[in-house]
Amino acid sequence: MPDLSLALPLAASELTLTIGALVLLVLGAFLGEKSARLVSILSVALLVAGAAVAATGPLGVAFDGAFVADPLAVYGKVAIYLLSAVAVILGGGWIQRNRIAKFEYPILIVLAAVGMSMMASSGDLISMYVGIELHSLALYVLAAYHRDDLKASEAGLKYFVLGALSSGLLLYGASLVYGFTGSMRFEDIAAVAADGEANVGLIFGLVFLICGLAFKVSAAPFHMWTPDVYEGAPTPVVALFATAPKMAAMVLIGRVLSEGFGGIHDQWSQVLILICLISFAVGAIGGIAQKDVQRLLAYSSIANIGYALLGIAAGTEQGLQAMLMFMTLYVIDQIGFFAILLSLSKSGRPIRRIADLAGLKTDRPLTAVAITILSLSVLGMPPFSGFWGKYYVFGAAAEAGYWQVAAVGLVASVVAAFYYLRIIKLMWFDAPLDAVKTDKAPVESQWIGWASAAFAFPLVIVGLTWLEPLTKIAASGFGAG
Amino acid sequence: MLQGIAFYLLATVAVVSALLVVTARNPVHSVLFLILAFFSSAGLFVLLGAEFLAMLLVVVYVGAVAVLFLFVVMMLDVDFVRLREGFARYLPFALVIAAVLLTEMILISLAVVNGGAAAGLDTLTPATPEASNIEVIGRVLYTDYVYIFQAAGIVLLIAMIGAIVLTLRHKPGVKRQSVATQVGRDAKTAIEIKAAVTGAGLNPEELR
Repeated sequence: MPDLSLALPLAASELTLTIGALVLLVLGAFLGEKSARLVSILSVALLVAGAAVAATGPLGVAFDGAFVADPLAVYGKVAIYLLSAVAVILGGGWIQRNRIAKFEYPILIVLAAVGMSMMASSGDLISMYVGIELHSLALYVLAAYHRDDLKASEAGLKYFVLGALSSGLLLYGASLVYGFTGSMRFEDIAAVAADGEANVGLIFGLVFLICGLAFKVSAAPFHMWTPDVYEGAPTPVVALFATAPKMAAMVLIGRVLSEGFGGIHDQWSQVLILICLISFAVGAIGGIAQKDVQRLLAYSSIANIGYALLGIAAGTEQGLQAMLMFMTLYVIDQIGFFAILLSLSKSGRPIRRIADLAGLKTDRPLTAVAITILSLSVLGMPPFSGFWGKYYVFGAAAEAGYWQVAAVGLVASVVAAFYYLRIIKLMWFDAPLDAVKTDKAPVESQWIGWASAAFAFPLVIVGLTWLEPLTKIAASGFGAG
Repeated sequence: MLQGIAFYLLATVAVVSALLVVTARNPVHSVLFLILAFFSSAGLFVLLGAEFLAMLLVVVYVGAVAVLFLFVVMMLDVDFVRLREGFARYLPFALVIAAVLLTEMILISLAVVNGGAAAGLDTLTPATPEASNIEVIGRVLYTDYVYIFQAAGIVLLIAMIGAIVLTLRHKPGVKRQSVATQVGRDAKTAIEIKAAVTGAGLNPEELR
C-alpha cells in the first residue's frame, strides 16, 4: 500500500495545476464570459508557479512506479509549463481580438499542460496512455475552438479522428507489450527485454507503440494530419501544438525507449532510423511547394522532429541530451515564428500566404529582421540557435555510428534551406504586392517574437552555457548500448 | 457440463449477434443486436466469476452507450441506404483484412499460451476467496491505481468542458425564466395605477 503523504510532494506541480484549474473553472463559471482576461492572467501565473514547484520539488518514484520524478521529467515539465504559459499569453490577446473570448480557453491549456507533464513523468504504460489522452483531448477541443471557422472545425475533427486512431495503435502495442512481459512498468519491461533474445511478440508491440507515439509527434509517415491541422486551427493554438506537446512526447519517447526497451536498442533504433529518414524527406521536399506559411511550418516541424528522433535513435546518454538540447532550441524558434505570424495582419486579416510577406522590410523592418534570424536559425545556419541543436544531434548520431543517417539529415536541411531562404528573399528584395500597410501589431505577440529572435541570436551563446549542464543532468542515467 | 453448455450458448449468441450488428438492414435492429451481444458477453463474465464486471457491462454499455446509439439512430436523419452502398464492393477487401487480423490474433494467442509471454513472471495472485469482486477491484483502484483513477477523472472533466465550449451558445434574444425576479416581485412593483380622466378618452401612449 503506497503512502500518499510521500507520493503527493513528488506530484506537487501537477496537483498545483489541477487544483488551480478547478478553482479557475469555478471562478470563470461565476464571473461569466467577462472573466476571460482575468482567468488568462491567473492561468499564466499558475503555469509559472507550476514550473517553479516542479523545478524545486523532491525527486523520486511514486504510485507504485507509475509516476517518476527524475531530472528528465523535471526538465521536461519546466519547459512544458513555460511554453504553455506563452501559448496562453499569445492566445489570450487573440481570442479577445476575434471576439470569441471564453474563460475555458486558458483552462484547457492548463489541463493540457497537466497531461503533458504526466507524459513527461510516466513510469508505466497506463500513466503514459492516460497522460497522452488527457493532453490530446484538450488539444482536440482547442483545435476546433473557433467553431464558426469552417477550417478550424475541419482541423479539429481531422485531428480528433486521426488522434483516436493513433491512440488505438498505441493501446494495441501497449497491450501486446504487457502480454509478453507481464508488467506495465518500464523497469519490469526492461528486465524482460534485457534477458535472452528479443521476443517476437514484444517487438511487435514495440513497433505499434512507436507508431502510435510517432503519430503524436507528427513524424513521417504518420504526419498526414499535420499540414491540415496547422493550416486550419487558430494560429495561437498551433503555436501550442508545435511546441509543448512535441516536447512532452519526445521526452516520453526517450524515456520509454531507453528505459523500457534499453536492452533491445538495435531493434527499435532501426524503426526510428527509418522514421527519421522518411521525416527528413517528407519535411524537406513537401515544404517546397507550400504557399501557406502555417503549412510550411508544419512541414518544417516534420523534418525537425526527424532530427530530434535521430538523437533518441542514437540510444546513448549523449543522444538523449542532444535531443533535449535540440528540442529546447527548436521550440523557442517555433514559438517565435508563430508569435510573429500572429502580429502580422493587413486590414484586419491575418497574413497567411508566403507571398504576402513580400516587401516586409519597408513596412516592418524590425519584424523582418526577426523573421530572418528565426529562419536562418531553423535552417541551421551557424551561429544561430538551430545550428547548435543540429550540431549536438549529428554529433551524437555520428558518435553512435549513424553517420550515414546524419549525412542524409544534413542534405535534407540543405534542401529545406530553400524555403527559408525564399522567405528571406521575399521580405528583403521583392516589392510589396500592394500598397496596403500592415496593421498595428498586438504588443504581446510582437515582443514574444522579438524575444525569441533575440534568443536565437545572440543570446543563445549565453543560453548554451546554461542549457548544456542542465540537459546533461536530465539525460544522465539514460541510454543503452 | 452445465457450465460448458452455458459457455457455448452465450458465445454463439454473442458471435452471431455481433455479425448481425454489421449485416442487419435496419439500423435500429443493429443496435438491438448490439445490446444482445453485450448481454451475452456479460453472461460470459459471470461464468468467469467476474460478476461485478458483468453488471458494469450491462449498466454502462447496455444502459448508457447502446441506448445513446439507439437515440442517435432514431433522432438523426441519416440515410443508411446510401451509407451502405459500397458494402458489396468493399466486402472482398474487408474479408482479406479480417482474415489477416484473425490469423494475427490466433498466432499471438498461441504465443501467449505457449509461455512466450509472461514467462519470467510468477503466476497471477489468486483473488482472496472471501473478498468479493467489488471489494478487490475497489481496493486496488483506490490504492495502487489512485493516480490513474484521478487522472481519468480529469480526462472526463476535459471532455465535459470541451462539449460545453464547442456547443454552448448564448443567444441574446432568448427570454429565460428568472425565479428570483419572479419571487421578488410584489404588488408595488407589479402594478402601476394611473389616473384616467373620466369621459376624456385614452391615448395608449400616455399609459406607457
